[in-house]
Amino acid sequence: MSVKIVAFCCNWCSYAGADLAGTSRLNYPAQVKIIRVPCSCRVDVQFILRAFVRGADGVIVCGCHLGDCHYSTGNYHAEGRLTQLFSLLDFMGFERERVHLEWISAAEGAKFAATMDAFVTQVSALGKNERYRNMYTKAGAQNE
Amino acid sequence: MQSPVYTCSLDNVTQLINRIAEKMPVYGDFGSSKTTLSPKGFFLPALEKLYETAKINDSYKITPAPPENAPFVLLGIRACDAAAIEILDGVYLNDPIDPQYKARRHASYIVTFACETMGANCFCQSVNINPAAPKGDVKAWVKNGTFFWLAQSEKGERLTELLLDLLERTIPAGNDLLPVEPPDSAPALPLPADMLSAFNAPVWDNLHRACIACGTCTFLCPTCQCYDISSHECTENSEKTHCTRQWDACLYPGFTQMAHGNPRPSKKERFRQRFMHKLVYHMQKYGTSACVGCGRCVNKCPVNMNIVKVAHVLAQEEVNAYV
Amino acid sequence: MNEQEKMRTRAKELHAAGIIKQVLAWEAGAFPSYPAPAFFTKPNAFEKIVYNEFCTANLSKYVINITEKTLIFLRPCDAHSFAQLVKENQVKRENTYVIAVGCEGCVQVDEGEARDLLESCRTCTKTDYPLFDEEINTQNNPRESTNKAARFAEVTRLDSEENTARYAFWQAHFSQCIRCNACRNICPTCHCKECVMDSDHPLDGQFYHAIRALHQDGRCTDCGQCSRVCPRGIPVHLLNRKLIYTSNK
Repeated sequence: MSVKIVAFCCNWCSYAGADLAGTSRLNYPAQVKIIRVPCSCRVDVQFILRAFVRGADGVIVCGCHLGDCHYSTGNYHAEGRLTQLFSLLDFMGFERERVHLEWISAAEGAKFAATMDAFVTQVSALGKNERYRNMYTKAGAQNE
Repeated sequence: MQSPVYTCSLDNVTQLINRIAEKMPVYGDFGSSKTTLSPKGFFLPALEKLYETAKINDSYKITPAPPENAPFVLLGIRACDAAAIEILDGVYLNDPIDPQYKARRHASYIVTFACETMGANCFCQSVNINPAAPKGDVKAWVKNGTFFWLAQSEKGERLTELLLDLLERTIPAGNDLLPVEPPDSAPALPLPADMLSAFNAPVWDNLHRACIACGTCTFLCPTCQCYDISSHECTENSEKTHCTRQWDACLYPGFTQMAHGNPRPSKKERFRQRFMHKLVYHMQKYGTSACVGCGRCVNKCPVNMNIVKVAHVLAQEEVNAYV
Repeated sequence: MNEQEKMRTRAKELHAAGIIKQVLAWEAGAFPSYPAPAFFTKPNAFEKIVYNEFCTANLSKYVINITEKTLIFLRPCDAHSFAQLVKENQVKRENTYVIAVGCEGCVQVDEGEARDLLESCRTCTKTDYPLFDEEINTQNNPRESTNKAARFAEVTRLDSEENTARYAFWQAHFSQCIRCNACRNICPTCHCKECVMDSDHPLDGQFYHAIRALHQDGRCTDCGQCSRVCPRGIPVHLLNRKLIYTSNK
């Protein structure tokens, strides 16, 4: 019963880093599904929550290192937005360990593989996602 | 022949409820005042699945949701909500009959409770409802420290049979045993007599502006009955879709949105529609107002707009902001 | 109340001088403790302006895209959300005439009975008005010195609990949500012409609340209306307060 991970990777740095991990024949867990985005700041909070509702057990967002964003400031926006998202998710009682933000450059194939490996281990310890899936909880409890 | 009136001591009411609960689920109680949500959700849930489609090889299998016909009891329904259930029955149990509503409704036992005092927001008497004479399968009330129980329908008699050893029979009800109607101190609910002049009244231009079209009044109202049907991909399995029915509100912009446009293009038309329906159209068509005076909209409207205010403004009894 | 008389008088004077066309304030309804927002368009109606502890609705949202010069009375909480709307170009400032009004807090009303001060009023720290043209009794903004600490007390209390306890807390609340959208429609900073949550799976409990809180992140002025209007008593504003607390740190 392996956990499903969705990885949003920015085209210019972290996706290239993933490619480098591939060409270097570095192993990382197969249950990571990569979705390429132009920039880490393209990642709307709804992407992350919907991924969970549809069965993801962990979501990781990867972008360029601060200062190195292809669009100059995108990753700063992503950092601000995702920090708030993670804080809110923890506050609402969702497991904070199921989400992660990491900066990985195009040259860091090894870091990509290691990050995915560590994240899968972290999420596997939590098991399958139930709480986030219940975000679409049937509401309107009648019996008061 | 009228059913006999039964009594029991107040201390034993819990036993009555427990006895019923042995046989079927019981919701509500005799003590509380008005609930936030009306009982309509027991018959028309806020969200229900109508059917599911699944792709099997090259064809589709449609599986309707099974009808919910497990019996249950609603306790402590007040006269306003009991009258509202009748209004809903008029819609859903008339041709075309709604099978989901019918299954739940026929499975239900409604035990009403007479009101001894009026809530601050209640105005059922202004719409000709007697709070001391609620309908329902069984009517219950408290008088002179004694609990009374009277079956008002065949279902009510079947329910009573479960409890015969816990109840004492009295002589058929004379007026001195019946609950007394509380004094009527609520504001009146004037209903416009002429549909066209109410529809064209210039006050709507200003009156709708406070309303934020949230739908709270609609969802809490015991007679509001409109729904939307939509289909979505099942989140766990993208090979399946669910078709669901959920509460909708005529105040919402999408309610009459159609391919050509929207015949109620702005909030003014939608706001007017809601109150014209409740105060005028329903009266002209069925002889009763669609408002039962429960006061939930008065209590919970985020901006304190409510049907009494609208009726008074329409009646233009005095100078107000809208004149 | 002193303010009420002054408000009526100023409304009449400003209208007679041709400075304003209409007034946005509160008007009494058929039930005494339920005054509603209203646009007063005729000067003989200005006598009906009401201002008391039952005037709970935040007026600032009503002036979005206003076209006629409107007098609006703003308390500190309303004034902050008004300023936010001006900043976001949702309100034409030149079409508004703002009178800042002092405020001692509004009360929760339940079945016609006044209860305590609203929670947002009990923890209110605002006494200033970012934008205004004149003022009435603005020195009358009593605030307990304990309010500042009280503002985030519930947030920090929940933070100190276990993650699973928080989950249970929010599940219990959100299972009550009927998606009436009152919290969204009353919120001054929720002004999208088409809401993204309208096209979604119906009754999607927590998803809706999480997204909405994040859409207000950085813009929410902590007016507390969202929690006040929830018919199920869900403390919606705690989510917004948590985000404010996190970004303040």
